[in-house]
Amino acid sequence: MDDRTIVQVPETSAQSPMGLAVPPSGQLVALSPINRRRWENFKANRRGYFSLWIFLVLFGISLFAEFIANDKPFIVQFDGKYYFPIFRTYSETTFGGEFETAANFRDPFLQKLIAESGGYTIWPPIRFSYDTHNLDVPTPAPSPPTWMLTEQQCAEVVQRKGLTGCRDLEYNWLGTDNQAFDVVARLIYGFRISVLFGLTLTAISSIIGVAAGAVQGYFGGWTDLIFQRVIEIWTSVPSLYLLLIISSVLVPSFFVLLGILLLFSWVALVGLVRAEFLRGRNFEYIMAARALGVSNTVIMFRHLLPNAMVATMTFLPFIISGSVMTLTALDFLGFGLPPGSASLGELLKQGKNNIQAPWLGISGFFTVAILLSLLIFIGEAVRDAFDPRKTFR
Amino acid sequence: MDATVNKLLEVKNLSVSFRQGSRETLAVDRISFDVAPGETVALVGESGSGKSATALSVMKLLPYPAASHPSGEIRFKGAELLSMSERDIRRVRGNDITIIFQEPMTSLNPLHTIEKQIGEILLLHRGLTGQAARARTVELLTQVGIPDPESRLRSYPHQLSGGQRQRVMIAMALANEPDLLIADEPTTALDVTVQAQILKLLKNVQSRLGMAMLFITHDLGIVRKLADKVCVMKEGKIVEQGPVERVFTAPTHPYTRALLAAEPKRDPAPLNPAAPVVIDTKDLKVWFPVKRGVLRTTVGHIKAVDGVNVAVRKGETLGIVGESGSGKTTLGLAILRLISSQGKIVFLGHTITGLNFEKMRPFRHAMQVVFQDPYGSLSPRMSVSDIIEEGLWVHHPKMSKEGREEKVVRALRDVGLDPEARFRYPHEFSGGQRQRIAMARAIVLEPTFVVLDEPTSALDMLIQSQMVDLLRDLQKRLHLTYLFISHDLRVVSALASRLIVMRHGKVVEEGPAAELFARPQNDYTRALFAAAFNLETAAEGVVAQ
Repeated sequence: MDDRTIVQVPETSAQSPMGLAVPPSGQLVALSPINRRRWENFKANRRGYFSLWIFLVLFGISLFAEFIANDKPFIVQFDGKYYFPIFRTYSETTFGGEFETAANFRDPFLQKLIAESGGYTIWPPIRFSYDTHNLDVPTPAPSPPTWMLTEQQCAEVVQRKGLTGCRDLEYNWLGTDNQAFDVVARLIYGFRISVLFGLTLTAISSIIGVAAGAVQGYFGGWTDLIFQRVIEIWTSVPSLYLLLIISSVLVPSFFVLLGILLLFSWVALVGLVRAEFLRGRNFEYIMAARALGVSNTVIMFRHLLPNAMVATMTFLPFIISGSVMTLTALDFLGFGLPPGSASLGELLKQGKNNIQAPWLGISGFFTVAILLSLLIFIGEAVRDAFDPRKTFR
Repeated sequence: MDATVNKLLEVKNLSVSFRQGSRETLAVDRISFDVAPGETVALVGESGSGKSATALSVMKLLPYPAASHPSGEIRFKGAELLSMSERDIRRVRGNDITIIFQEPMTSLNPLHTIEKQIGEILLLHRGLTGQAARARTVELLTQVGIPDPESRLRSYPHQLSGGQRQRVMIAMALANEPDLLIADEPTTALDVTVQAQILKLLKNVQSRLGMAMLFITHDLGIVRKLADKVCVMKEGKIVEQGPVERVFTAPTHPYTRALLAAEPKRDPAPLNPAAPVVIDTKDLKVWFPVKRGVLRTTVGHIKAVDGVNVAVRKGETLGIVGESGSGKTTLGLAILRLISSQGKIVFLGHTITGLNFEKMRPFRHAMQVVFQDPYGSLSPRMSVSDIIEEGLWVHHPKMSKEGREEKVVRALRDVGLDPEARFRYPHEFSGGQRQRIAMARAIVLEPTFVVLDEPTSALDMLIQSQMVDLLRDLQKRLHLTYLFISHDLRVVSALASRLIVMRHGKVVEEGPAAELFARPQNDYTRALFAAAFNLETAAEGVVAQ
């Protein structure tokens, strides 16, 4: 029945068998018809489509984390002059303080100085960064979300600050962790670093994996044989233990972790791309390209790679979620990002260590669960979009 | 009641519609026909005309609910099939009505022995097991002409040839002595000589068992040979139906007339012994080593092409015919130096044997190729313009954008396509149009020599003859030299000035085409021609089964 779905133009006359001509599309970014169909299919999976938007919005917001949760104000007006502490560091003396050190705008003393000069400050919605200690925690840290506090619990702080009740305190919407860091701020920064880590790891390992798979599949023979055996040996190394060993020797940082995980994650796509190239190199249009004298590199890039990209694209969201999960797991075990950095895994670890503070575990769990679910839903929709046989009601 | 007595199958006002996305496609549009007991009715039409959908709806084998029947009824022995429950229809399927499909490779389960596959049907519908089932299976295999059936019982499908597999399929279809056999292009995937045998077999068992047959084909030759009644389908409608004799001698519908006139005209390029030789091979061999054992030592060779001498003069068409596996495609690829071979190849006076890929490149623009599969030979991700331009990028890297565009437009005009087609993608075109695009890709480089590897085999009859006309026209205008590879002798006879008959990698017979067609010397050539032109079988032993 496939024949009927393509445009059937009568072929009875050799002169103008095309019938109506279709002018080239005038769009700036002209999607090829195949990609347009895929986009339609992707949209048809409502869950995945909305997940993509939610994810993009969340990721977009988290990219601007400094503007949402920060212990430095956007703008300070002081003595008729404007300061932008969010972009620049000012010393305390700028505002009439005593020390040469960087100004701490959360300091009531500094706030008073600014207010007395007739100036004002514009703050981000959350006045904590991921590493801002809340010095006024009403209970010993971890302290519960402010809206859960009883008047009795915050009586001391309220009194010290000369306020009337709990509701006048600076809010920690999801409480603080055991170092009196604001959980919301840490979630926003942690979300960002997890997603960025996942994307970077996926991008680099895909490039390596696709290249390796392409070479193996296209040339076959001994190249393929040797590469495959090497990969088999490599993948049989128990990677988690090796990761633990390496990360206890090297000082873990974002890029060290990226490098370590990259050692093992690049193999994920090799088999897939290799299979696509093995299949693809026998297509007649590859043979036709060789008959035209097209070089191997061009054939691999122009003709074979697009085929392999279908399978690769289908896998990408799942690899991203896998990378996020690995980073979270390492942080949870304490072998991940350096202490103090915002990370979802570290929050989960705190939740485990502080069962009496359920807001830690619950917020960590929901953030990780929502992030991974969104990625999986997007992955499912991408898979549908690339499925040539899939039809929707 | 009386009306239905002499009608075994009655299809009334049947429509089939497929839903894809939000689109509804009507594949079959209110058709009516009937089949009497013992009668053979042929459904003819091009691909996409709805003939297979019709046949499958009789069996209720369409992919419901994506497929639906907006109207119509199908009565078999008076019982309505379309409204029948799945349980009841299963009793009809494989018992009263059976079906054979086109592709014998995939219609048999590769993991089951022949005995098991046939035995399953006997068990399901007749409850036969053990010795009784085995005896019946052997009887069936004998009936369909499988030699030495006892020893074949334990064979797996891959151990049988295509023709034998189709025979097993027929045996399975006959197992319960059905009243109606639906044959959906049962010989399309087979070689002509095997096709003739299978058709003879079908005719035999039909007359012996007195069953009716609904035969689906695009080949009018088969209809004429086999059917009593014919329904001509076009775009989901039956445009004409009647007794074969009447339809063939006095067709009323213009489409039927066009179909009958679609035989490609025989007007090959003239022989010109004075013209320079374009391609010349001496003792060309393509041997694939067979390796065995731990050390992968070469124990023998599969001789795909075994010592072939070919000489094509400028402006001529050399036809290469043979059955599948005879090495004709391999020969074409070896001449183009797309696979490694031994023996000398001289192209326009240059010895091109042993040149590597880089050194071959200067010759590539002069030797081009068009492949069989119009769906596989164009990259689905490139626009038509990109596809045709690719060769220009390689051979004229300094050509301006305008220069390339002009060449693409001219090539598209040459192959009879609207130049606006260059902005579109291959999937928007039908099979015939795609073959034209493939041809445009070849001629844009202004080649001297074009290898045509079954360029018409995947096309419908009407389009085949258009393609042949186009090829002939291009040859005259652009002074092309063709190497035309095909198993379809009718198309070859329309184009070839010289002919080579190949079998098992060797040349069986060669000579000027006119002479060869008129007076074939070799037994095999004679058998091949008889099967191709008259659907007649040869004496035992000359051709494979």
